[in-house]
Amino acid sequence: MPKRPQPRFPEPNTEPYWNGVKERELRYPVCTVCDQVVFTPRMHCPACGARDLEWRTSSGEGTVYTFSVVRQNRMPGFIDLGAYSVAYIDLDEGFRLLSSVVGVDDPTRDIHIGQRVRVEFEEQEEGEYPIPVFRPV
Amino acid sequence: MNPERSASIVGISEYPLRLARGVSPMEIKVDCIRAALDDAGLRWSDIDAVYDAGDGEAGGGLQLSAYLGLRPSVIDTTQVGGSSYEFQAAHALRDIAAGKCRVAILSYGSTAASNRFAIGTGGLHRGGGGNWQANMEMPYGSTLIANYAMVKQRHMHEYGTTTEQLAGISVSTRRHAMRNPEAVKAMTDLEFVGVNEITAADVLESRIVADPLHLLECCMISDGGGAVVIASAEVARDARKPPVWIIGSGEATKYCENDGDITTSAGAQSGPEAFGHAGVRPDEVDIAMIYDSFSITVAVCLEDIGFCKKGEAGDFVAGGRLAFDQPGRLTLNTDGGGLSSNHPGMRGIFLLIEATRQLRGESTSQVPDARIALAHGNGGMLGSTHTGGTVILARD
Ligand SMILES: [Zn+2]
Repeated sequence: MPKRPQPRFPEPNTEPYWNGVKERELRYPVCTVCDQVVFTPRMHCPACGARDLEWRTSSGEGTVYTFSVVRQNRMPGFIDLGAYSVAYIDLDEGFRLLSSVVGVDDPTRDIHIGQRVRVEFEEQEEGEYPIPVFRPV
Repeated sequence: MNPERSASIVGISEYPLRLARGVSPMEIKVDCIRAALDDAGLRWSDIDAVYDAGDGEAGGGLQLSAYLGLRPSVIDTTQVGGSSYEFQAAHALRDIAAGKCRVAILSYGSTAASNRFAIGTGGLHRGGGGNWQANMEMPYGSTLIANYAMVKQRHMHEYGTTTEQLAGISVSTRRHAMRNPEAVKAMTDLEFVGVNEITAADVLESRIVADPLHLLECCMISDGGGAVVIASAEVARDARKPPVWIIGSGEATKYCENDGDITTSAGAQSGPEAFGHAGVRPDEVDIAMIYDSFSITVAVCLEDIGFCKKGEAGDFVAGGRLAFDQPGRLTLNTDGGGLSSNHPGMRGIFLLIEATRQLRGESTSQVPDARIALAHGNGGMLGSTHTGGTVILARD
């Protein structure tokens, strides 16, 4: 099983997001004043400063905006992985998320910009939070 | 051109070594400050303004002032990544023009190479997370290089840019480095595989660090440092070297935003601001010192500042045509850049230093009669949370 680092708490901005992940949902805040999608999650709306946010649940489907395949790293938990992808995913609800595209034979060949992907919640060897990653549809 | 001549770079110093085992960052800062004052013909006690990015062991303008033993009337601890020095130069111009100080010192010292500090591959948020950005990024093992690679990937997708085109940046930069004895020593001491001129084919054949960025598109990690003395017009008149005036500046930030264009940087705001301030056009610039953390950084910044249109940087840099002896107006990174001369983590100060050398006629790849130079620093991470700081310099 993967050994990705876990989020750390207390961290009030992202806690509702990760509580959603624990329940296998991708949640995102929206400003109730100006209707702006607030992402990366914060406790205020970066467009208007309002603190009145409402959390909604994403369909979990989106598109690869861009990606890279990491061939060299010096991070615990990733050193032994070989080549793995990182990607910005544009979710259909209008927010952009840094994640990884998994479930392909060769990440250097099988991932492309514009690819349709869907979230899945990857169980980890340690820690209570699964990690949202994306698989081509 | 803007007639304002309030503040001038009067002293510069670049630490000569890129591998300085047993030397502390604070020693590097102090040695460079003394050398830059000497270059200007000024004394330690002349300094009345301290600008510091919190590098070394000092932790900002207060601690550095205490360490140096100074009582400055202006203290500025602007830390916005590698472009901190372009921001600080802009602030020094403002502070000097406002009469708050006369002799400002900017300094930098780092031992990133000796400490084996993995700037590009050690992962984001190596402190351990627990903040709003780290909690969203750490689980994915992204690296700083991967973030820049994602910008390159999108640029190639949108505009048809190729690695072969962008390799022109590495090719011309290495040509300049091979003419700079300190850069040659840097590459030798840091055990570069080939300390020689390179071709686009060499870049394409070098291993991929994070797709689609090849090794020869990535800057080195070195020790090093430098200092810059910025002084009022009155002080500049009596300085040892001819003045290099700061005639315009621009500062901006940009972030990864929903629906945002990752191929456009903060330079799209800071560049036009600086040109407007300076009253010059991009086609009047002789020397562009652009922060070359990676090939793609230069490409994106050249476009955003206005040297070419968005999406056209590939053509603009292909074939090494921005080398100092190529036909055409613009010359890029004549000291050898971060790619091949000096990158201890925050390269911004070296952009000011080499731009000044060019306007004084002191570069090892001198452009004849260079009159206007631009220094553009990109701080933080291109494609994510970053800054752009643009400074335009002119000689009399
Ligand atoms: Zn709002």
